[in-house]
Amino acid sequence: MLVLLGVVVVVVGFALRRNPMLVGTVAGLVTGLLGGMSPKAILDAFGTGFAGSRSIVIFLLVLPVIGLVERNGLQEQSRRLISRLARLTTGRVFALYLLLRQATSAIGLLSIGGHAQSVRPIVAPMAEAAAVKRYGPLPERVSQRIRAFAAGTDNIASFFGEDIFVAVGAVLLITSFVDTTYHFTLAPLQVALWAIPTAVCALVIHGLRSLLFDRQLARDMAREPQRDDSEAKVAADREQVGS
Amino acid sequence: MIKVEWFYWLIAAFFLTVGLLVLRDRSNPHRVWSGVFWSLLGLCFPYSSFVVAKTLPAWPLGLTVVAIACIAGFGLLGHGTQEKTTSPEERQALSERFGNKLFLPVLVIPVVTGLFATFGKDVRIDGRPVLQPLNETVIGLGVSAIVAVLVGMWLLRTPSAAVPLHEGRRLTENIGWAAVLPQLLAMLGLVFATAGVGKAIGDSAGHVLPKGFLLGAVVLYCLGMAVFTIIMGNAFAAFPVMTAAIGYPLLIQHYGGTPAIVFAIGMLSGYCGTLCTPMAANFNIVPVALLELKSDYAVIRQQVPTAVPLWACNVALMYFLAF
Repeated sequence: MLVLLGVVVVVVGFALRRNPMLVGTVAGLVTGLLGGMSPKAILDAFGTGFAGSRSIVIFLLVLPVIGLVERNGLQEQSRRLISRLARLTTGRVFALYLLLRQATSAIGLLSIGGHAQSVRPIVAPMAEAAAVKRYGPLPERVSQRIRAFAAGTDNIASFFGEDIFVAVGAVLLITSFVDTTYHFTLAPLQVALWAIPTAVCALVIHGLRSLLFDRQLARDMAREPQRDDSEAKVAADREQVGS
Repeated sequence: MIKVEWFYWLIAAFFLTVGLLVLRDRSNPHRVWSGVFWSLLGLCFPYSSFVVAKTLPAWPLGLTVVAIACIAGFGLLGHGTQEKTTSPEERQALSERFGNKLFLPVLVIPVVTGLFATFGKDVRIDGRPVLQPLNETVIGLGVSAIVAVLVGMWLLRTPSAAVPLHEGRRLTENIGWAAVLPQLLAMLGLVFATAGVGKAIGDSAGHVLPKGFLLGAVVLYCLGMAVFTIIMGNAFAAFPVMTAAIGYPLLIQHYGGTPAIVFAIGMLSGYCGTLCTPMAANFNIVPVALLELKSDYAVIRQQVPTAVPLWACNVALMYFLAF
């Protein structure tokens, strides 16, 4: 039970807002030592873990092209496009992206979207622009919330879409684990099929939240005192300092 | 055969270039440490190829990663203050000039990745696959990035490859240590597993088990999956442990649940945990950096109101469908 102290390090470290890199390293060392691993064995596990998880950072390769198109005004163009589509509100941008992203993930096209590939260059600026179109310049707090909701929508859509696809890691992990451990012969298709009810619930819950986002936005903006642009900006800066 | 390792080496070359540019950037208050950070990170990738092939020991890599973590952890990683990019006014003018052409390079990414993911494994020469099996999607993402840069440079009349490289470096510097955090936490997961953290949690969950109360057992399995995932940052790590502790002995053997339903929904209960934890850094912390959000918990805060009711739906679905 002593090894659970490593978990405590993680919880306390994150709670005290220490740098996550440091928290992770210290937790790893503490857990390893309490679990009876030698320092070399811990470093071996660190090295093997790093080498085995390199595919996580492959998304960084798209940053040069994202930077290139942003430099040439992609986000501005995203905003202009939205301002022409009068019916697209912030909430509807989220709902539409949720549907598209979940559907493409369900047919195995998980990597075609993501925070770097689609959220930063397209979805977040469009969602913000739809709000700006209606309310004018947004206070920092509101634009931060819109961007965070865009990122959350990407996560929720991809998590609860991908499991419907038969050849995805999660489904194969389930079947290979229970087949080898408990001698079942579980078909990946069955497991993938039973991911559908949860996927529908995710679509309904987050879709509703997306559409209700517009109402919340209206309430938030009504609460904001009317000010002109420069005052709004100063106030946003002040909020920043305050937090 | 096109190997996924090539793209890891490409990432390495990118990080080493970032390191070199950072070392020369006098506007960075911590330019030496920052340069060392990115350069060491770059060296870790080719070295990893030999670790995976088991031709070199893993511990020097582990030690280097600890050094990288210390540089970031003690606040020695900074980034330049002069941004050599276009101003908002210039961007406005450029966007009027290029219009919707700007979307084409971005759309190249899903199209090329999608093609590789769908048809990649069927491309063969002399009966042998051209792409390294099981890595078609990762290779596709790497290829799409290269094709997209070329398309972008051609469409946007970019004079030199240095322009996208500088922009890529700027965005990477903005992400900073969050770029390595997902891998560091994957390492932590491996140590947790090796040291027996999973077993300890599974055992304690087994002790609080209510006997003869089906709904209680379903709730415990789903809750265990979510909580364990919050701690480990990964539902894949939670699944074997919770299934061995509760899912199989109780829900399948004792109550006779349908395996496919119990396991599929169990895993998805874990995903609800993923939405709530900073340990799942690639989903919850990297976008914070990428979207320039002020709070590390900004994305998590927006996800929790979906995760909680969805978790409850999972409990209900498992209870009514599997038994």
